[in-house]
Amino acid sequence: MSDSATVRKEMSISDEIAIEITGMNKWYGAFHVLKDINMTVRRGERIVVCGPSGSGKSTLIRCVNRLEVHQEGTIIVDGTELSSDLKNIDKIRSEVGMCFQHFNLFPHLTVLENLTLAPIWVRKTPQKEARETAMHFLEKVKIPEQAAKYPGQLSGGQQQRVAIARSLCMKPRIMLFDEPTSALDPEMIKEVLDTMIELAEEGMTMIVVTHEMGFARQVANRVIFMDEGQIVEQNEPQEFFNNPKSERTKLFLSQILGH
Amino acid sequence: MTMINDQSYVRTEMLGEKSPPVSNVGIIGWMKNNLFSSPLNIVLSLLSIFAIYSVLAALLPWVFGGVWYASSLTECRAILFEIHGEATKRACWGVIRERFWQLMYGFYPSDLYWRPNLALVWLFAAIAPVLFNGLPKKMLLVSVAFPFVAPWLIWGGSFWVPVMAFMGFVVGFLVHRITSKTISSLVGIILGVLAALLWWLLLSGPIAEMMESIVPLEITKVGSRQIGGFMLAILLGITGITLSFPIGIVLALGRLSNLVIVKALCVGFIEFIRGVPLITLLFVASVLLNYFLPKGTQFDIILRVMIMITFFAAAYMAEVIRGGLAALPKGQYEAADALGLDYWQAQRLIILPQALKISIPGIVSNFIGLFKDTTLVSIIALSDPLGWVKLIQGNAEWNGVIWELYGFVAFVFFLFCFGMSRYSMYLERKLQTGH
Ligand SMILES: Nc1ncnc2c1ncn2[C@@H]1O[C@H](COP(=O)(O)OP(=O)(O)OP(=O)(O)O)[C@@H](O)[C@H]1O
Ligand SMILES: [Mg+2]
Repeated sequence: MSDSATVRKEMSISDEIAIEITGMNKWYGAFHVLKDINMTVRRGERIVVCGPSGSGKSTLIRCVNRLEVHQEGTIIVDGTELSSDLKNIDKIRSEVGMCFQHFNLFPHLTVLENLTLAPIWVRKTPQKEARETAMHFLEKVKIPEQAAKYPGQLSGGQQQRVAIARSLCMKPRIMLFDEPTSALDPEMIKEVLDTMIELAEEGMTMIVVTHEMGFARQVANRVIFMDEGQIVEQNEPQEFFNNPKSERTKLFLSQILGH
Repeated sequence: MTMINDQSYVRTEMLGEKSPPVSNVGIIGWMKNNLFSSPLNIVLSLLSIFAIYSVLAALLPWVFGGVWYASSLTECRAILFEIHGEATKRACWGVIRERFWQLMYGFYPSDLYWRPNLALVWLFAAIAPVLFNGLPKKMLLVSVAFPFVAPWLIWGGSFWVPVMAFMGFVVGFLVHRITSKTISSLVGIILGVLAALLWWLLLSGPIAEMMESIVPLEITKVGSRQIGGFMLAILLGITGITLSFPIGIVLALGRLSNLVIVKALCVGFIEFIRGVPLITLLFVASVLLNYFLPKGTQFDIILRVMIMITFFAAAYMAEVIRGGLAALPKGQYEAADALGLDYWQAQRLIILPQALKISIPGIVSNFIGLFKDTTLVSIIALSDPLGWVKLIQGNAEWNGVIWELYGFVAFVFFLFCFGMSRYSMYLERKLQTGH
C-alpha cells in the first residue's frame, strides 16, 4: 500500500481481522454463483465491491450475515464461524448491520419504532434508552424531525438514511451496504453518500456494493472487482482506477465511466 | 392598434372566491352527475327507482302495520280482518313478542339469563385490550380469566372445574420451564404439553370433586340441550372466531415452514377439512364421534360441534392468512433477519402485523361466513335460531307463520354481520400508514 497522505489513509485500519472468507463456494441449485472466494477484511477497512450485474456481489455480502447459505469453505466474522448453529447466526447478525437497495423499512411502524425495535427485542435495551439512542442516530443522519412519521411518508433518500440509522442503533461493528443508492433519484444520492462517508470517517468497517465510483475513490481503501462469481481484481482505488490489470476490469471500467 | 402586441398586465384587484355553479354541487348536482347523465343512465335510474318503490310499498306497510298483540295466528288474522278487511297482508309480530326470549336463549332457565349476559359483558371487557390500545395492563387479567369463567357461567357446576382447568396451564408451564432449562427447549415444549394433558385427563376431575366436597362452590347446572336460540349461535360463533384465528395463523405459518413434517401435517389438515362439507363434519360430531369414543364418556354435544366448526373455520382462515403472508415483499423477512430477530420475533413484530392487515377483508368474510354457518347445527337437532323457528311453527297457535320468524332471524343475523363488516372497514382505515 502506498503511504501518500490522503484523508483516506488517516482513517485507522487495525491488524485485527473482522471478516475472513476462505475457499468459499456457493450454488443456487446447480448454478455455481460464487467460486472460490478468498478475502480478508481488517477492522476499519472500507471495501467497495463492484462488477457487472449478476456477478454475485449481492450474494457475496449476503453470505456474510447468512441471509444466504454457502455450501463450501469458511466465513469467520468477528472470530465466530458461520455454521448452521442458530446461536452463532443470531450473534453475528446483531453485530453486522445491513442496508438494502430498497431500504426494507417496516411500513407499519413509525420511524422511531423502526429504530428501537431490534435494540429492545434483540439487545433487551430498556425502552427509554433505546429511544434516546434512536434519536441520537436520527440526528446523525439529519432527520430527527421525522421520528413520528411512517416510512411511507418519507422520500427515498430519507428512507435510506432511516435504514442506515436503524442498523446503527444495534451498534454494529461491521456494516454491509447493497447498492444503497441505486434506487434513488440523483439529488438524493448525495445525502445518503454523505451519511456513509461520515460513517467511514468514524472508522466503521464497511463493505459497500456500489457503482458510485466517486465514493469508491474518496472513501474506499480497497476496491474489489467481481465477474462471473469470482474476485477478478482487487487493489487500492488509485491503482484500481488508473491502472487496472485485468482485461475484464478495463472493459467494465470503460463502460461504467463513459469512454 | 399597438395595444394588441402589448402583453404585459398587472392585476390591481384580487378576485374573491365564488361558489361553484349549482349544477355541480349539492343534491341536484350529484343527481345530475350520477343518475341522469345520459339517456341510458336516465332509463336505468327510473327503472331502479320504480323497482325500489314497489318493494318498499309492499314491505313497509307489512312491517310497520303488523299486529304485535295476538297470541295465535288465528287471533292475529281476526284482528287484521277487522281493521283492513279481507285482502290486506300484514305481519303477525305477536309471535316474535311471545317467543322472543326463546329465540334468544332457547330453553335456558329464565331466572338464570343473567349468567350468559354477564359472560357476554365479560367478553367485551376481555377483548377490549385487543380492540383498543392504551388500556391498563391489569385489564389483561380479565381477558385471561374469561375462557375459564365464561363456560362456568353458561353451563354452571362447580367453580373448581374452571380453576382446575386453569391449573392445567400452570402445571404445563412449570414443567416446560423446568425441563427446557435443564434439557432442551423442544423437549420442554413436548413435556409441558404432555403434563398439561395428563393433568386434565387424569387429575383435574378428581381434584375438583375433592375440593368441591371440602369447599362447595356450585351454581345451578344447565345442560347443553337447554342452550339454544341466538345464544347458541353467538356462543358457537364467538368460540369459532376466537379459536380459529390463532389456529389459522399457526396452520398458515406451518404450511410455509421449512420443516417437512410440520408442513405436511398442516397441508394435509387444511386440504382435508376444506375438501369436506361442514354438514358432514357436524354429523361426524353428533353421531360418529360417540361411536368411536369409549362407552360412557360424556363428551358434550356443543363442545363437539364447537371443535368441528373451529377446525372448519381454521382451515379457511389459514389460507386467507397465507395469502397475506405471500403478499409481503421478501425484503421484510430479510430486514428482520439482518437485525438479528429470531423467527418468532420476526413473525410477531414484523410479518404477521402486516400480513394480517392485508388479510383483514378475507378474515372478516370468514368470520361472517362462520357465524352464519352456525345455523347448520339445527340439522343435528341443536336448537339454534332456525331450529327454534321450526319448533315454534310446530305449535298449534303459530302453525303457518313463516315470513315473520325467518325475517326476524335474518334481521338479527344481518345486524351482527353488518356490524362486523363495518368494524373491519374501520380497522383497515385505522391501520393505514400512508403507502
Ligand atoms: N435466489 C436465487 N435463486 C437462483 N439464482 C439466483 C438467486 N439469487 C440470485 N441468483 C442468481 O445469482 C447470480 C448472482 O446474483 P446477485 O444478485 O448476487 O448479482 P449482483 O452482482 O448483485 O447483480 P446486480 O448488480 O444486478 O445486483 C445472478 O445470475 C442471479 O440470477
Ligand atoms: Mg445485487
